[in-house]
Amino acid sequence: MQNMEALPYFPGCTLKQRAAGLDRSARDVFSALGSPLAELPGWNCCGATFPLTVENLLDLTGPARILASARAEGTRLAVACAACYNVLRRTNHLLRTDADKREKVCLFIESEYDGDLEVVHLLELLHREIGYGHVRQALRRPLEGLRVAAYYGCLLLRPAVEVGFDDPEDPVLLDQLLAAAGAAPVSYPHRGECCGGYLAVRSEEAALEASKRVLTAVSAAGADVVVTSCPLCQYNLDRRQGIIARQEAGFRPVPVLYFTQLLGLALGADGEGYRLDEHYVDPRPLLRERGLADV
Amino acid sequence: MKVALLPEGLRSRLQQRVEEASGQNVLACYQCGKCSAGCPVAGVMDLLPNQVIRLVQLGLVEEALTSQTIWYCAACLTCAARCPKGVDLPRVMEALRELAMERSGDHLPPDRLPAEALAEWPQQAVIGGFRKYTW
Ligand code: SF4
Ligand code: SF4
Repeated sequence: MQNMEALPYFPGCTLKQRAAGLDRSARDVFSALGSPLAELPGWNCCGATFPLTVENLLDLTGPARILASARAEGTRLAVACAACYNVLRRTNHLLRTDADKREKVCLFIESEYDGDLEVVHLLELLHREIGYGHVRQALRRPLEGLRVAAYYGCLLLRPAVEVGFDDPEDPVLLDQLLAAAGAAPVSYPHRGECCGGYLAVRSEEAALEASKRVLTAVSAAGADVVVTSCPLCQYNLDRRQGIIARQEAGFRPVPVLYFTQLLGLALGADGEGYRLDEHYVDPRPLLRERGLADV
Repeated sequence: MKVALLPEGLRSRLQQRVEEASGQNVLACYQCGKCSAGCPVAGVMDLLPNQVIRLVQLGLVEEALTSQTIWYCAACLTCAARCPKGVDLPRVMEALRELAMERSGDHLPPDRLPAEALAEWPQQAVIGGFRKYTW
């Protein structure tokens, strides 16, 4: 599908700072495919985590305000960050299904909102609307057998009833997209398990425990690169490889990229603004070797 | 004959507060251990996730509140997705964190976060950390 209207898009705080490379590459991908992303005006932070106690309505007001203002722009809101997606999807589900809480939250944010916006992740849009066929046709530099480990993490998948993204125990969307771009996805365990999330803020040991499990599996599966849609997963999986390599003799470091960075390059982008030099395991030698970037 | 194992009057006030705040019926848990088996941070916890819920079942909420496990839970929801009894354990963990901070204040005061780390962490980690560790 080409020349669709611009899509209302929520970048979120991290994509304006540490994960600017995800924001930039997401815009490249959707422009190359004929559906440019149009940043939602006047957005605020989603809060990064969905509140888990039932009476915590205050932490719902941030995401609710985003949803209400996006509804004024259209019927859909595209999201790139897995965490923002999770918070916005869960809040939307709650506002849609719990009239009492909806009323209270709407009173607080002084906006009318029915819960009738559709929050969609970029991976869903690529799958359902743009179509993998179109992605394939638009490729300028196919990923040609690149052994990618598609990493889903928690936030795209759970709770399945509320986010409704893919099968939480056996997700496929990211693997299918990468295969459409010419890559060879590798099979490995723990692809839908936690990278350590925000635990590093309190305990580096706990964060390492979680990320090591995933990384050991990725490295053993012989992947050339790990691909994610979450800035926190990118950070956790990228940052700890140096530590693991010092602990485990056989550990082979693997670069960690956002799926949009890899896809953007495959669609002909030059990698400008992808901030590849800020990654801990340098992805540039691999990208140069595969003819995907001159960076 | 209907046997009430824990008549309302015998349940501790704290136990009720955990149930109310989390929206979970902790007695639904039959201690199969599936939550702990798949927990990605179980290796560094002092109590396994199923042991935390067992303490709450027994009314030993004080013990649960002093456990490190409630702060190690990453709210990854793996256990909630797999629990055969539909117990949303991360909600119980959050209720316990709230109760603990209600008593002793912020678990991780923002001014104790190192400046170098603040420059390095993704913004969502810092915000997520504030949400989980400050009151
Ligand atoms: S998986 Fe559910 S039922 Fe089994 S021990 Fe954990 S909380 Fe209890
Ligand atoms: S939500 Fe918490 S207790 Fe449950 S599996 Fe994840 S880290 Fe473990």
